[in-house]
Amino acid sequence: MIRLEKRPNPSRLWTALTPVLAVLLTMIAGGILFAILGKDPFEAIRTIFWDPLFNEQFAAFSRPQLLVKAGPLILIAIGLSLGFRAGIWNIGAEGQYILGAVCGAAVGLAFYPSESPFIFPLMVIAGALGGWAWAMIPAVLKIKFGTNEILVSLMLVYVAEKLLASMALGALRNPEGGGFPGSRNLSQHPGTDNPELIAGTGLHWGVATAFIAVILAYILLNRHILGYQIKLAGQAPRAARFAGVNPNLLIAICLGLSGALAGLAGLFEVSGPAGQISIDFNSGYGFTAIIVAFLGRLHPVGILLAGLLMALTYIGGELAQFMLGLPAAAIQAFQGMLLFFLLGLDVLSNYRIRLTGFAAKGAS
Amino acid sequence: MTTLLSVEGLTKAYPGVVANDDVSFSIEPGEVHALLGENGAGKSTLVKMIYGLVRPDSGTMTLDGRAFVPSEPRAARASGVAMVFQHFSLFEALSVAENIALGMEDPPKMRDLSARIAEVSHAYGLPLDPARLVGTLSAGERQRVEIIRCLLQDPKLLIMDEPTSVLTPQEVEILFATLRKLRDEGTAILYISHKLEEIRALCDAATILRLGKVVASCDPREKSARELAEMMVGKVLHQTKSAGQEMGEAVLSVRNLSLPPATQFGTPLSDIAFEVRAGEVLGIGGVAGNGQDELLSALSGERKSGDHIFLHGQAISRLGPTQRRHIGILSGPEERLGHAAAPDMSLIENALLTGSVRENLAKNGFLNWPRTRAFAEKIIETFDVRTPSASSAARSLSGGNLQKFVIGREVLQRPEVLVVNQPTWGVDAAAAAAIRQALLNLAASGTAVVVISQDLDELMEISDTFAALNGGKLSAKVPAAGLTVDQIGLMLGGAHDMEVADDHAEEALHA
Repeated sequence: MIRLEKRPNPSRLWTALTPVLAVLLTMIAGGILFAILGKDPFEAIRTIFWDPLFNEQFAAFSRPQLLVKAGPLILIAIGLSLGFRAGIWNIGAEGQYILGAVCGAAVGLAFYPSESPFIFPLMVIAGALGGWAWAMIPAVLKIKFGTNEILVSLMLVYVAEKLLASMALGALRNPEGGGFPGSRNLSQHPGTDNPELIAGTGLHWGVATAFIAVILAYILLNRHILGYQIKLAGQAPRAARFAGVNPNLLIAICLGLSGALAGLAGLFEVSGPAGQISIDFNSGYGFTAIIVAFLGRLHPVGILLAGLLMALTYIGGELAQFMLGLPAAAIQAFQGMLLFFLLGLDVLSNYRIRLTGFAAKGAS
Repeated sequence: MTTLLSVEGLTKAYPGVVANDDVSFSIEPGEVHALLGENGAGKSTLVKMIYGLVRPDSGTMTLDGRAFVPSEPRAARASGVAMVFQHFSLFEALSVAENIALGMEDPPKMRDLSARIAEVSHAYGLPLDPARLVGTLSAGERQRVEIIRCLLQDPKLLIMDEPTSVLTPQEVEILFATLRKLRDEGTAILYISHKLEEIRALCDAATILRLGKVVASCDPREKSARELAEMMVGKVLHQTKSAGQEMGEAVLSVRNLSLPPATQFGTPLSDIAFEVRAGEVLGIGGVAGNGQDELLSALSGERKSGDHIFLHGQAISRLGPTQRRHIGILSGPEERLGHAAAPDMSLIENALLTGSVRENLAKNGFLNWPRTRAFAEKIIETFDVRTPSASSAARSLSGGNLQKFVIGREVLQRPEVLVVNQPTWGVDAAAAAAIRQALLNLAASGTAVVVISQDLDELMEISDTFAALNGGKLSAKVPAAGLTVDQIGLMLGGAHDMEVADDHAEEALHA
């Protein structure tokens, strides 16, 4: 019989090392997978992790993509991580992302064809409010009626997708678009665009906001009483009430904040890389951000690194499909392995394995 | 008649507390043997060792003349020992027969099993329909399922842990009739309880535990409930503090405080009234589950009430925990891990948990970590908390050390009123003495102290005044000096209305 026994004081070294070790193990296991598929494992790993950044032929295109993809992931994951730490599970960031994009785009389009410099800031506010409002639905239902925020927020994703389609086909459709679905292009119109701030880097306002969010989240969690209360509520709810934390207020803050950040991510995407509201505007950032949040073990700096790593495997994965003909499913399995190894090693750093009958120490 | 089970010198120590110390007793076939003791006396640990759930550190057991060393409950069951737990382990969505089949090593066909269940249940006067879903059964009926599950094993020894705590008086009568029938057939019953009248009505012999040791054995039918209570509590209730100490004006007063239970299993508070003066230690005694948690949460501000609680005459009932700390009302809940302290957080972070307001550990919401660390280190130093450093996780400390930290954290904040619940629960003797001394010193410096405890020795040692909490009602307070066991027993309602007093007692023990 194998038993898991909680370590009283988990080693800080191991906690820091597990992500690195997980990446290495993923490379090994992924290499074996690719070898079984008849590809050169070393070339495949190199294509995924190295070529997007340093290959002369591809780097010019894929290097900026790194920040473009990592930006929304980090921004959303930072918001989610606050709730996750407090034991409040917002699974519907994808929906809040859509609502942020729709609300922000609607404000931008309302002023069309004005090119006033005040439009973009207004769009940012509208985007944040849109995501916030969508996240407040599960928050209010949870506070008033005790509903499960996981289910409500998740189901609202599908509502948001329908809303997005109706917007792309109806209210926000480009009147000059020849009847095709989709709004006017926001990124090609001065005043509503979210341009690349430094050419060739992929850095746009959304990426900058993500970096700022990382810093603010770090300060919040380590220096501010609200961050302390979030951690306390997640670890020991009864102690949190004893400490004077209002659980309902915390639900509203955590869901609202994560919704607002997801909404911002959507707004920056629709006004930048995506350019317009279309039926299939959302591409799963809201869900992938959940993985990013856990991969970064809910720590702001960890999320920053995890977001970059996740973006890298996406870009490198596409490159490997394109260059080596690896099936998309193999790439997804590879990304899945990363989470698997991370969570597995996480367990080993927090628990030791005991074989009952004879004491044996865990492999970690 | 040969002895069925004999236990010799059983000892089990947990870190910081000896749960059983050299316990010996024996049970004859066809005997209903009571195991009597206050909460924390070691009853549960003892039966867990007999049932193979806990392995003793030393000592031997003999069953039917053979050495008995159950390594797990299955081994105990195979040897003829069955146990009915106070908390049922039944699946509500399954039928009675399915639930019983799940617990069997080698279940017969469902139709045969159902017939057997119907047969046994009628034979013992516990009617039960095998096809009914457990979810539709009352607590008493669920207990029948557990009892029948045991009876199907044809046990030689049946252990019952606080069986009447979930039953109505009528159901208790039915249960007792069944147990007497079993006894007449030669089954021995080990009956755990602290309900004295029940034990006098049912049991042939009693072993009384106190602080992990056997303090007496007797025939409960020949003793009065009062005599049993004396043996359970211990006669030595000595006074270490001189009575009639100078006390100031009333600081905290509670008037007509009633509060519905927070959970389904909670105890409602009804019409609580008392006042505590500066420098006074008010001891509130009572068996667990009589409203102690509820009273503490009403005073700490975790639960709000109408205008029933006053500090210096000002109504404070509507203030939350943070605001109450601000005006000087501090508290220490019973549960150390998870309530008074966050287990996975460091002692520094736990110092912040209640200290942020009075110790100025946060400014505009921003935390002052150096100051917080200094506060944590001051607690550790002043209260001799044994820990590698202030950065250690709370759960890595022993119970006694963490309790010293938790009490010390409140004491060092110079409260006007300090309310503590079970301040020395599960704490070794040295730490317990240190905590009591700290509470006395605090009172001497002019704080009004309320100590809620089940440990009557402790209350007699440190209290100036005493009141008893019983079924959510608080007795009038009386001077602690000169109180006798008889009077305390009567105040606790021990001898006259036990069935009301103890309805939820054991939940708190297992919580």
